This record gives sequence, C-alpha cells and structure tokens, in this order.
Amino acid sequence: MSVSRVSAIGALALTGALALSACASENPAPAGNTAGAGGTAAVNADCFEGDLKAEGSSAQKNAIDEAISAYQTACGDANIDYQPSGSGAGIKQFIAKQVDFAGSDSALKTEEKDGIIESEEAKNSCGSDAWNLPMVTGPVAIAYNVEGVDKLVLNADVAAKIFNGEITTWDDAAIAELNKDVKLPSTPIKVYFRSDESGTTENFTKYLKAAAPEAWPHETGKKWTGKGEGKEKSAGVATATQGQDGAITYVEWSYAQQNQLAMAAIDSGSGPVELTAESAGKTVATAQQVGTGNDLALKIDYATKEEGAYPIVLVTYEIVCSKYADAETGKKVKSFLKSFASDEVQGSLTTQGYAPLPAEVATKVKAAIDAIS
Amino acid sequence: MSTVTGVSAADELPGPDGRKPLTGDRASTGRLGDRLFGGAATLSGVIVIAMVSLIAVFLLAQALPALTNNSENFLTSRVWAPGGEKPAFGILEFLWTTVAASTIAMLLAVPVGVAVALFLTQYAPMWMRKPAASLVDLLAAIPSIVYGLWGLMTFRAFVKPVEQFLQDNFGWFPLFAPTKITGGTIFFIGIVLAIMVLPIVTALSREVFDQTPVAHKEGALALGATRWEMIRTAVLPFGKPGVISASMLALGRALGETIAVTFLVSALSDGTDWTWSLFNGGETFASKIANNAAEFSNPSKTGAYIAAGLVLFVLTFVVNSIARIVIERRKAFTE
Repeated sequence: MSVSRVSAIGALALTGALALSACASENPAPAGNTAGAGGTAAVNADCFEGDLKAEGSSAQKNAIDEAISAYQTACGDANIDYQPSGSGAGIKQFIAKQVDFAGSDSALKTEEKDGIIESEEAKNSCGSDAWNLPMVTGPVAIAYNVEGVDKLVLNADVAAKIFNGEITTWDDAAIAELNKDVKLPSTPIKVYFRSDESGTTENFTKYLKAAAPEAWPHETGKKWTGKGEGKEKSAGVATATQGQDGAITYVEWSYAQQNQLAMAAIDSGSGPVELTAESAGKTVATAQQVGTGNDLALKIDYATKEEGAYPIVLVTYEIVCSKYADAETGKKVKSFLKSFASDEVQGSLTTQGYAPLPAEVATKVKAAIDAIS
Repeated sequence: MSTVTGVSAADELPGPDGRKPLTGDRASTGRLGDRLFGGAATLSGVIVIAMVSLIAVFLLAQALPALTNNSENFLTSRVWAPGGEKPAFGILEFLWTTVAASTIAMLLAVPVGVAVALFLTQYAPMWMRKPAASLVDLLAAIPSIVYGLWGLMTFRAFVKPVEQFLQDNFGWFPLFAPTKITGGTIFFIGIVLAIMVLPIVTALSREVFDQTPVAHKEGALALGATRWEMIRTAVLPFGKPGVISASMLALGRALGETIAVTFLVSALSDGTDWTWSLFNGGETFASKIANNAAEFSNPSKTGAYIAAGLVLFVLTFVVNSIARIVIERRKAFTE
C-alpha cells in the first residue's frame, strides 16, 4: 500500500515538473516585451464596453496582442479577442459574419480565385464596401546559421539561386563576390521552408519573383515552390535553422530575433541594407496604393532600388466593413483600430519584431478609420 | 486445454455430446430498472455504430466532389496542389510516409512492449511490479505535444549519429539510402512513435499475461519447464490475442498521431526525386491535414484534404479488421 502511495506521489511530482517546463517554454518573448507594454499605457481612446471579435493572420498575432493589451489597460471593460488561425480562416469567418474584422497577410483578392472573389463576397456580407487597412509591417528576415559567419550580404539574384537549390555551398563564387571581407566555409547550404501554406512564403516568393525574375522561375503563392526541407510554421523553420550548421531560411523578423539567428543584409543595387524598423518602413512608404478611396490595399514594390529600403516586408491588413450593419459594432472596431494605428502603439511594436507604419501611410490609415461607421 | 481471454465456458460448447452452445434466454423481469439498463446499453451500441457510419458518410460526401475534379490519379500521384482552377492531388507520398513510419514504430514497440509486460508480470520482484507498471502507464499520459517538443529539442541529437552510421555503412540498401534531410526523417518519426505507443502495448499485454491461469503456469513448471519454457508454452499462447489487440490499438494511434508528427516532419519540396529511403522526409496524412487546416479556403481544396483523411480512415479500418480476423482465427484454433 505504502509503495503505491509513494509511486503516486512520484507520478504527481513528475507531472508537475512537466507542466512547469511546458509553461516555461511557452512564450520565448524578447526581453523588451514588458517594457513595450509599459510604454503603451498612454492610449487615450473613447472606450467601448463589451466584446469585439477578430480572427486571421498569425503573422500579426504579437502585434495585435500588444495593441489589445494597451487598449485594455486604458479601457478595462473592453474585451477584445483575436484568433490567430490564419489569413484564409480569418477572411472566411469575416465573410460568414462570425467575426467583426479580419486580419490578413494580403488584401482581399479582387479577381476570382478558387471559385470566389473575396472582395465581392466581403462586400455582400458587409452590405457596404470592405476596406483593407494596412496596420502592421512585418519584415521577413533571411536568417542563416553558418559557423564563423556573422555578417552576410545577399542580393535578390543570389538569394533566389540559394532558395532554388542552384547554389549549394556557402563558399560559392556568387556569395563570395558579395561578401569580399568574409571568410566563407565550404559547408553545404541547407534550405528550410515553411511546409504549411503561409503569407510569409507568399511575400517572400513575390519578392524573389519581382526582384530576380530570371533566377526565380517558379510561381508565387502561399505554398513553397522552391527547394529545401519543409518545417512547420515560423517556429519550426527558426528552430531547424538554429540547430543546423549551414542552414538558411526566410522567417518573420521576430522569430529570427528570438532565436538569435543572424540575418542577411540585402543589396538591391544601392548598397547592403540591414533589416531595421526604419529600413522596412521605407519600403512600405514607397508602396503604391491599389485600392480606391479609403481602401488602402497596397502594392509593394519588392524590386525597389530606394536607398536604405529593406525590400522583403509583409504588410498585414485589418479587413473591415466601411459601414457596419450594427452601428455599435462599427464604433467598437473604430475605437480599437484608432488606438492600434496611434503612434504610441505603432512605436511599441518594434520590440515585438514589427516595424511601425511610415508616417505617410499612417496618416491615410487614420483617415480611413475615422470614416468607418 | 487452453483458454482464451474473453471466452467463457459458454463458448467452449458444443461439448462432446453435441449440445447446443449455452445462451441466455433473454429473460427479463419486466421491471423498470431491467428495461432501462437494457435500453441504455442498446442505445449506446447503436450510437457508436451510427457515429462511425456517419463519419464515413461525411468524409465520402465531402471528398467526392473534389475527387471527381481531380486531374491526377488520387492513389498513385505524388503531386499535391488541391487549390486553383485545376486541382491535382495524389496521396502516394503520405501513404508511404504514414505506413513506413508506423511500421517502424510497430517493429520496435511490439517486441519491447511485450518484453516489458513479461518482465513486469513474470520476472520482476513483487514489490516492484505495481510502481513500475504505473510508471509505464504514466508514459501513456504524456501529451503528444510534449513528445513532439522533446523529440525535436533533445532526442533528435541522439538518433542523428545512428542515422548517419546506417547511411554511411548500409547506404547500398535502398531503405537506408543517404538523403539530404537533416530533420524529421521517417526513421526518426518511427522511433518517436514507437516510444509513444509502447505504453499501450505494455499496459494491455501486462493485463492479459497477468490473467494466465496459475494452473497452466504451475503445470508447465511441474513438467520440468524452465521459466522461459513456461512463458513460451503457457503465458504467450494465452496472451497472444490480447497482444494482437494491443498492437492494433497502438498501430491505430501511430497511424493517426498528429501533433507530435507535425512538429517533427520535414516536408519535401515539389519535384523531389522518389526514394525508398527511410531517411527521407515526407508528411503523414494527419500532419499534412493539421498543418494546412488554416488554409481550407474553398470546398474543393477542403475536399482534397478530407479525401486524404478518408484514406487514413479506411487504412485504420482495414488494419483493425485484419486484427479482428486474426483474433477470431486464433480463437477457432484453440478451441
């Protein structure tokens, strides 16, 4: 009897330890996290009471979480819920009126794809135009792990060849030419890609296609079409890269930072550009607006030669109805997004691996939010 | 005469005099409690059957439209592009990965699991049996996500040298051909799955071995059998159907295991050459579906994934049926 009791206690202790270690590894947020949350308390919004539901892109999860916590610090009665279940799921739920707004890695598609036109469906569902409001800039890093190499410059052409399996070792002449003062080892290159369909893949392939059309003959899309070894989600590719000498991957900035991966600078013709909030913002500022009026869908010029602009960025949108059938919901959405687009909240996103919206775009976004009813 | 678990004296008839097997006369006292219990039991049985059939119907109904639009052969193609104007998808790769990984898991887990069960019931000192058994059961209580994380972070480093050794020395053998995959190979996933299903095999086998009639064991020993001979002639034959059932349950889990596998697999890029190597990557049915569930953007694409799910369903079903048949035949043989 006493023996089985001892074993039961042992079992309890073991489960407890497991539960604890699970907690510990849950949130590898950077140290700046708490400081960022503290700095955003100064949100002055006209608070609403009740629930607001949103769903969509996981790429903006940390950003919107930050915005939500800032908003709820100011407005204790507001309850905002964001489900990071993926852009496709978010748009689907938005069209089905299950959520009040959607987060998406790409603007609503205006041409038919898979049998539906997203923008039309959204318009029908809203009973008014649906707007794409760029809100979060998530730069995509080309992260690598090569022993002895802590500075690396790539251009679109070389990057495309690496990710297409044409360049297979780190001491390849093409890489060496861009990195004259770096001693490159002969380690084979291991490419990791996202095995799930993702907006990060879509934006990265769009960049390769736009900036190096010859070296990247594949289609662009959410599904990876290059070479390499697939890993699940951002965390998967980041972990795999961290654990393998000679590895390279494309991953959201925050994951590269959290996993302490080295990131390549991009040379688009006017010198190597490191990935910073500022350099990523520059690319967004040069983007062309393709939506009309307050629909701020952007077309990012990935092939930009603008000096100091880091070209691989992912802009996530909040997709909203321009006029909500329920005026109360409209007010809630407006109030929250206003706070999200404010300089305070945008500025605090840098600690989460996002870049704030550049001033030109932010002004337009604020104007559009004001027009929501 | 040997007996089989779950078989009562009623099953052993007809006896030598040709009597009919014993059956109840379905007598009921007609009291409320009697009727309620009978009704509840029947209802539960019907619900389970209905649920399985409805799941099959659901899978079929959702999968059929996608299957009719498919421009590739669903069973033999390696392409997976279910979206777009011309959906093209085939499951060959998932089928291979799923079956290969599960087979490795079974080859490792069943012998070890049975050995552990034999140790716990026949060899271990009395004071050790209970605590050791609960430890093994605890292994079954670990959530699969923990196995996934552990496999990825810790266990991988131990298996890698083994894989390297096999590739270097036995690379001429098609199953061990060298590949470029660094992460979750089929071989590695098989090993992790083996650890995950081990407690299932062990726990159930332990139960049946424990049921071996003492008379059988003592009889064997009295005839001069060593302990191993006693196990071979009394315990193992008695427990065989139970071990088979346990293995099939375990195989069911291995085939359908999702989260841990999703964590570990290395997906292959489009157009990778086919290889039989166990050191190749590849996705299983379950991991492929789980990994892409967020992007089920339209019915035809969803249908393609559901069709893949249907294959997994059928696969598990077939495996279970085979197990049933084996157990039935075994029963007939011992009678």
